[in-house]
Amino acid sequence: MSDFIAQIAERVREHAARKSPLRIRGGGTKDFLGATGAGEPLDLSSYAGIVAYEPRELVLTVRAGTRISDIERALEAEGQMLPFEPPRFGEAATIGGTVACNLSGPRRPYAGAARDFVLGARIVNGKGEDLSFGGRVIKNVAGYDVSRLMAGAFGTLGVLTELSFKVLPRPAAEATLAFEMDEAAMIEAVNRWAGQPLPLSATAWESGVLRVRLSGAASAVAAARAKLGGADVPEGADYWQSLREQALPFFGGDAPLWRLSVAQTAEPLGLTMPQLVEWGGGQRWLRGEAELGPMRDAAQKARGHATRFRGGERTAGVFHPLAPAIAKIHRRLKEAFDPAGILNPGRMDNF
Amino acid sequence: MTLAPSPASRGTVLAALGAVRPPLSVVAEAECLAAFETDAYIQVRETPLAAVLPESEAEVIALVRALAPIGVPVVTRGAGTGISGGAIPHADGVLAVLTRLRAIVRIDAAARLAVVEPGVPNAQVSEAARPAGLHFAPDPSSQVVSTIGGNIAENAGGVHCLKYGLTVHNVLGVRLVDGEGELLEIGGEALDAPGYDLLALVTGSEGNLGLITRATLRLLPRPESTQTVLAAFDTVKAGAEAVGAIIGAGLVPAALEMMDRVVIDACERYMALGLPKADALLLVEVDGGREEAGEALGQVEALLAAAGATEVRVAKDDDERAKLWKSRKGAFAALASVLPDYYTMDGTIPRRALPEVLEAVYALGREYGLTIGNVFHAGDGNMHPCIFYDATKPGEFERSEELGGKILELCIDHGGTITGEHGVGLEKLKQMCLQFREGEIAAFHDVKRVFDPAGILNPGKAVPTLKRCAEWGGMHVRAGRVPRPDIPRF
Repeated sequence: MSDFIAQIAERVREHAARKSPLRIRGGGTKDFLGATGAGEPLDLSSYAGIVAYEPRELVLTVRAGTRISDIERALEAEGQMLPFEPPRFGEAATIGGTVACNLSGPRRPYAGAARDFVLGARIVNGKGEDLSFGGRVIKNVAGYDVSRLMAGAFGTLGVLTELSFKVLPRPAAEATLAFEMDEAAMIEAVNRWAGQPLPLSATAWESGVLRVRLSGAASAVAAARAKLGGADVPEGADYWQSLREQALPFFGGDAPLWRLSVAQTAEPLGLTMPQLVEWGGGQRWLRGEAELGPMRDAAQKARGHATRFRGGERTAGVFHPLAPAIAKIHRRLKEAFDPAGILNPGRMDNF
Repeated sequence: MTLAPSPASRGTVLAALGAVRPPLSVVAEAECLAAFETDAYIQVRETPLAAVLPESEAEVIALVRALAPIGVPVVTRGAGTGISGGAIPHADGVLAVLTRLRAIVRIDAAARLAVVEPGVPNAQVSEAARPAGLHFAPDPSSQVVSTIGGNIAENAGGVHCLKYGLTVHNVLGVRLVDGEGELLEIGGEALDAPGYDLLALVTGSEGNLGLITRATLRLLPRPESTQTVLAAFDTVKAGAEAVGAIIGAGLVPAALEMMDRVVIDACERYMALGLPKADALLLVEVDGGREEAGEALGQVEALLAAAGATEVRVAKDDDERAKLWKSRKGAFAALASVLPDYYTMDGTIPRRALPEVLEAVYALGREYGLTIGNVFHAGDGNMHPCIFYDATKPGEFERSEELGGKILELCIDHGGTITGEHGVGLEKLKQMCLQFREGEIAAFHDVKRVFDPAGILNPGKAVPTLKRCAEWGGMHVRAGRVPRPDIPRF
C-alpha cells in the first residue's frame, strides 16, 4: 500500500473511531455542487499522477488527485480523450471529484457518462480499508460493480484514491451546425437524428437556436453535414467548451441553476424560466428562483428528476427524493460502506 | 458472510408455495424437475425442491414473499445458457424460471428504447426494433436463446463490445424484486437517476441481488454500412500485434475476433468454409456511415498488410459477410468435433500481454497433455481458451478443470480478470479468492446483505465465502505481483 493511501486509511479509521466527519476534497472546484457537507477536510489533491497509460490498451489509470487538465494533456498527446468530456468548473478540478459527482459533458448521450468509462476504483471505505474493485481491462464481470457504484456517490461510500478508465481516440474531424427552431421541433429533430446512423456528438438549444456537433471520420462529418443542412458555426469548438464549463451567458449571474434530467423525448416542460436544453433533450437547465415542488413535479412528469445544481437553498432538498424502497437500499449501502457515517455526511441530502 | 439458511423441509416449501393466491405454476415432480437440473455448465447438476414459472411481476413478488420468511433459497433462471453455473438449482431451494415473462412491452422508436420482460430472448429485441432502424447492441453468441434477464444478470458481452459496450452500457432501467420481496424501480427513461448507481450494481450481480421483472433497454441506430475483413497470419503473435496496430491507429472497430489453428481446423472440418491455412485468423469489422466505414476499411486493409497478414479477404456483400462470420459464430459448435467435451474459459488480460499469455496457455496445455483451442474477443483482450477432454476417461475432466484454474491465475498475474463476460457462478469461486482480497470479498457480502438480508437469493454463487477462501489457501495476487513468488503455488 502506498504511504499516502496508508495515511488516508489511518486518518479515516481514527475519525471513524470518534465518529468525526471528513469532508473529502480534491481541487475544491465543486463545493457548490450537492448539499452542504460537514467535517474536517481530507485533502486528496496531492495524490496526483498517472499510474499507467498505454494508448494501445485504451486504458488509463490515475491517482484521484490528478487534475483533469493534466489527464487531458496526456491523452491528447496520444490522440485520445476521456469520452465523457467532463466539465471542470475550475483549473484545479481533479478526476476523483469528477467521478464522485459523475460529471459528464455535452458528449454524454452519444458516448456515455463518467460511470460508463470507469473500469476500476481503488477506495478507502469508511472503515479505513484500502479496497480495489474492477480492474484495468475493458471487460470484467468478477464481483459486483462497486467501482461504478462510486461514480456519483459524492464520496459518501468511500474515498476514491485511484481510478481506471476506458479512453477512446479523438475524432478526426468535428463540425458544428446551427438551426433555428422552436423547442418542440428541436426535441423531435434531435431524437429523430439520434435514431439514424449520424456522427452526432452534442446538441444544445437555447433562445430558439439549436446547435449540433458532429464528430468522426472526416468523410462521415462531411456526409452528415450535407444531409442535415443548417448553418455552419465556425466558432463551434468555443461554444461547446463554454457549454461544458457553464461559461455561456445563460449560466451567468446568481440566479439558481436547476438541472432536470428527463426522458430525451419528453415534451417541453412549459416552465416560464430561461432554459437551455442539451443531451438530445435529456438534460434541461433552468434559471431562477422556484419552489421545489413544481420543479420536481415537472421533472417527474417528464420521466426524470430535478437537482438544484447551483445556488439557492443548499442545506437540504438539493436532490430529487428517492422512492422508499430505493431509499432503504441507500441507507443500507451507506451503513455497509461507512458505518460511522463520517464520509461527506449530508452531501447527498440524507447520505 | 452469506447466511446459510437452514433447510426447510420439502413439505414446508411446497405448502408455502401452495398457499400463494392466485396460485403459482409449480413444478414439483422429479421427472419434470430433471429438465432444470443444470444450465450450460453441465458439469454440475442439482435438483431443486420445486420450480416455479411466474406469469407476472406480481407472481415473482408473491413467490419471494412466500419463501423469504422461511429462508428458502431462490435461484433465478432464464434460458439456462449461462456457462458458469449461475442458474444451477439449490438442492434445498426453489428455481424461479422467468421464461414465461416474455412480453416485449413496447418499442419506442423516437426515444430509442425497448421495454421488455426478462424472459425475452436477446435477439428478439433487435428483431422487434429492426423496422425502426434500431438494434440492441449486446450480442452474446447465445443471443437467439439467452434472455434479457440473464444478459443483465451476467452483464453479458458479445463480439461488439469494444465499440458498443457491455450490457451495463445499454440498459437504462430495471424493475427488480429484492430478497425481501420488495420491488425496486431502478433507473428509467432519463439518462441518469438520483442517488447511487444501483443500476450498475445490479447489472452482473448473477441473481444475487434480486429478480429482474422488467428492463428498459437502450437501442442504437443500425449502422448504415458494415465492412468485414478476414486476415490470416503465420503466428498468433503476429495476429495479436495486428490488433494493437489497428487500435493504435485510432480506429475502434465494431469487432476484432481471433481464432487459432485448433479452432480454424475444427471449423474447416465441421463447416468446410475454405478458410485460409493459417495459425491465426483475425476477423475485423468496421461500421458507421457509408463513407466512414469505407474509409476505415481502407485503413484496416493497409494495417493488416503492414502487420504481415498472409492473406486478406474483404466481404463484398452481406452474403460474404455472413460467410466470414460463420466460422466465428459457429466455432463453438465446430469445436465439439475435436473431442466430445470441452471447457471454455473467459479470462481477460491487457491486450499487450496476449502473445505472452497465449504462449503460456499452450505450454500449460502441453504440460497437462490436453489440447487447447483459442477463440476470443481480441479487441477486448477477452480470451476464450477451450480445453478439450474426454469425460469417459477417468481423471480427464478433473485435469481440465485444474488446467482451467491455472489459466485464470495466469490472467490475474498479468493484471487481468478471471471473467470478462461469462460470470463467476459456481465455476470460478475459487479464483475469486485469488483476484480479490479478504476486504473486497467481505464488501461483496455486505452489498449482498443490503439487497438480500436473509441470503436467500442464489446463495453460494458469484462470491465465495471467506471461509472457503481460507480453505482453498486464500492466495492473493494483486496487479501481477505474486506475494512470495519463490513459493510454488498449488
